[in-house]
Amino acid sequence: MSTLELHQVSKVYGLGDNEVDAITDIELVVDRGSLVAIMGPSGSGKSTLLTIAGSLEEPTSGDVIINGARLNGMSRNDKARLRRRSVGYVFQDFNLLPGLTAAENVSLPLELDGLAMKKARVKGMAALDGLGLADRADSFPDQLSGGERQRVAIARAVVGERSLLLADEPSGALDSANGESVMRMILNACHGGVAAVVVTHDAKLASWADRVVFLRDGKAVDETLTPPSPEELLNPDVVNPS
Amino acid sequence: MSIRHSLLALLSEGPKYGFQLRQEFETSTGEVWLLNVGQVYTTLQRLERDGLAASDDVEEDERQRNFRITEKGGEELSRWLRTPPDLSEPPRDELVMKVLVASRLANVDVFEVIQVHRRYIVQLMQQWTRLKEDEARLDLAFALAVDAELFRLDSVIRWLDAADGRLRRASSEPTVSPQQSTVSRPRIRRRTGAHR
Repeated sequence: MSTLELHQVSKVYGLGDNEVDAITDIELVVDRGSLVAIMGPSGSGKSTLLTIAGSLEEPTSGDVIINGARLNGMSRNDKARLRRRSVGYVFQDFNLLPGLTAAENVSLPLELDGLAMKKARVKGMAALDGLGLADRADSFPDQLSGGERQRVAIARAVVGERSLLLADEPSGALDSANGESVMRMILNACHGGVAAVVVTHDAKLASWADRVVFLRDGKAVDETLTPPSPEELLNPDVVNPS
Repeated sequence: MSIRHSLLALLSEGPKYGFQLRQEFETSTGEVWLLNVGQVYTTLQRLERDGLAASDDVEEDERQRNFRITEKGGEELSRWLRTPPDLSEPPRDELVMKVLVASRLANVDVFEVIQVHRRYIVQLMQQWTRLKEDEARLDLAFALAVDAELFRLDSVIRWLDAADGRLRRASSEPTVSPQQSTVSRPRIRRRTGAHR
């Protein structure tokens, strides 16, 4: 069973003459442990695809299946529960709640899901610790650097038993070293069994993925082939004498 | 990639044998660039001929000779480190030529051509990025060399994206033929030998 499946998913905004096809007939399957990047220019439908994959928005047509559960016809409450338990989101602008500490931000989704506060804190601390942030647990978002805030956001996205991580330009506001560490964390989450989808226009970020899907005008126009082993790059291509 | 100057840099740390230079060159470039030992000895001969390196050993067999940098060699190394590579002229770029040619041919979809190249380069970037996955293996020289390659490839993707956007805008606007255009274009001289 794949973690995320999108079949023939389309989204149309507006009515009549004002209709805009945001995405059209998207087919996307993301397995446990894999990292898929969606690359495309602004307005290509990347963010729409991600919000539909995370059930934050309804498709106009097509099927979205998360961990085998079809979202079509699911009640609002059931969808909300599925989101809380299975899906983690990472946004470009972090979206941390300013009045809560890092630890409280991370454990909040578990508390909302009914877990007792103490248990939620223990799991939240474990997630922070896993990302090297244990010593920042009691800091508020405005006391953290951009890179630290995004790491807290990733901890919040993977806390508990989440199986699907969705990230929209997760390092858009960060410098290249922090961007790299964010992608490394997402990749580590995948090695731990999470399936991740990252949308980005940045090839340096997309290149962390196992597979890159290219989006253009709402359609998936192409994708990368399985790359050969990295050792090929380092094979005895002897440098020419200058 | 100047092997000559890289070997001078290694000799500036102290006298060394050829096999040592080869090993240290490969380590210092994060083993991204590999050298064969013949290249090392050929380069050492040239450095000696030009007075940039010297050896006090008189053995015929170069493998037995220990080389050191000369004062002139030190000056040459210092000059080389501070001389910017020539980036003033646009280099001959096969990819740019292909996109320019595709954009003129009525029976070719230039956007499809761009996507073929974009996919290929992203795949290359995936391979380079995989080399960075294992942080424990990521020593500083290796990381610098891999980053340089990733940034170079990324700049090609950015150009392809910009070209894609520019061509799409141009295809939706009324066309102005070069003859109709009243604006004179600055001439860009390229090393391709193509003259307008």
